[in-house]
Amino acid sequence: MTAPAITMDVRRVGDSVAVVDIKGEVTAACEPVLMSAYEAAGPETSRLVLNFAGLEYMNSGGIGMLVTLLVRANRQRQQLAAYGLSEHYREIFELTRLDEAIIIYETEESALNGVAR
Amino acid sequence: MTETAGPDKVRSAEEIGLSAREAAAAPPEGAAETAPPRDVASWAKKVERLEVEQRDGVRGTNVAGRRLTGPVQGFGKMWQKTYRMNVGPQITPEQAIGVWRQHFPEFWPKGNRFAGALTGVNPGDVALLDLAIGGGVKLSTGVFVLYADSESFTLMTPQGHMFAGWITFMAEREGDDTMVQAQVLMRANDPIYELGMMFGGHRKEDKFWTATLTALGQRLGVPDPVVQVRSTCVDSKRQWRHAGNIWHNSAVRSVFQTIAAPFNRMLRRDKGATSSTA
Repeated sequence: MTAPAITMDVRRVGDSVAVVDIKGEVTAACEPVLMSAYEAAGPETSRLVLNFAGLEYMNSGGIGMLVTLLVRANRQRQQLAAYGLSEHYREIFELTRLDEAIIIYETEESALNGVAR
Repeated sequence: MTETAGPDKVRSAEEIGLSAREAAAAPPEGAAETAPPRDVASWAKKVERLEVEQRDGVRGTNVAGRRLTGPVQGFGKMWQKTYRMNVGPQITPEQAIGVWRQHFPEFWPKGNRFAGALTGVNPGDVALLDLAIGGGVKLSTGVFVLYADSESFTLMTPQGHMFAGWITFMAEREGDDTMVQAQVLMRANDPIYELGMMFGGHRKEDKFWTATLTALGQRLGVPDPVVQVRSTCVDSKRQWRHAGNIWHNSAVRSVFQTIAAPFNRMLRRDKGATSSTA
């Protein structure tokens, strides 16, 4: 398996919100990277916002990986949101009905306002 | 930061037509805005409800008008089941997936029917299934081709299917050898199916995909195919808010459709006779 072509940087925004900046290719191979980012966000995070503005490629393995992240977040009673999705990737979220569990916002500002409610 | 970019990044830039300098200079956000991602053709277009025409050899019920269901919409515990097989160094991942996509129905175990498009497995296709569930009853349902590229393809299930989720078929290099794999990420769609999975359903499914991979291995020239099976319960919680999925249960509907089939045939015959004498 080749090394995943992705970076995920975690930013803390306030006490309980973390933003994960995803840049590169989201495939099943990057599960360790995503889970490391999730761990870095820490248990004190109650709302996790995924920034997909740097998303370059995603296959069905990547969608499956997001589902497993969702399960982990639900188990910890953490809310998951996303923003920065292009029209193409937003349609994939809708097609796979992932948008019913991960709330999609247009911008970081609206995502942070949305999850703060 | 949790990880660094790997060698695939350069290859992906070349594939979308960027020079090395452009790829290095352009911010990812800009790249996403100016050029369509290279996965565009691999994904199915968005659909609200499935549309499908009748196909020979299958009953073709319980699919048209149904919505797709992923693991988020299912009822039962969430499972990830992986069936993996070494096909040796001679076959490339692309060759393995090419054969699998082109001849997909031929690898299914006896007694089960997969009626897909004649051109193989392509994004957006809907295939009709008749699955042997015992007692002479065929469960009629379908699958939707969510994603397909040269190294993988994914099927997603509609409402009423035994499980809500997707099955990804892929091939990759591991050392010198090519590994082929079917991976199911699923929840039983409703309480009836969940009970069925607990009482023999998981074993039956393992047998089904093991037989499928074995048949593929034989087609690819593997003398003695060995399939490794790994099951992981990803989420042990049941989603009771989706218990109402039972309304769409294709197994229950298939039983009624099987019972009603002779009467429907008689009705059609009578109607035909009436119209020909009129």
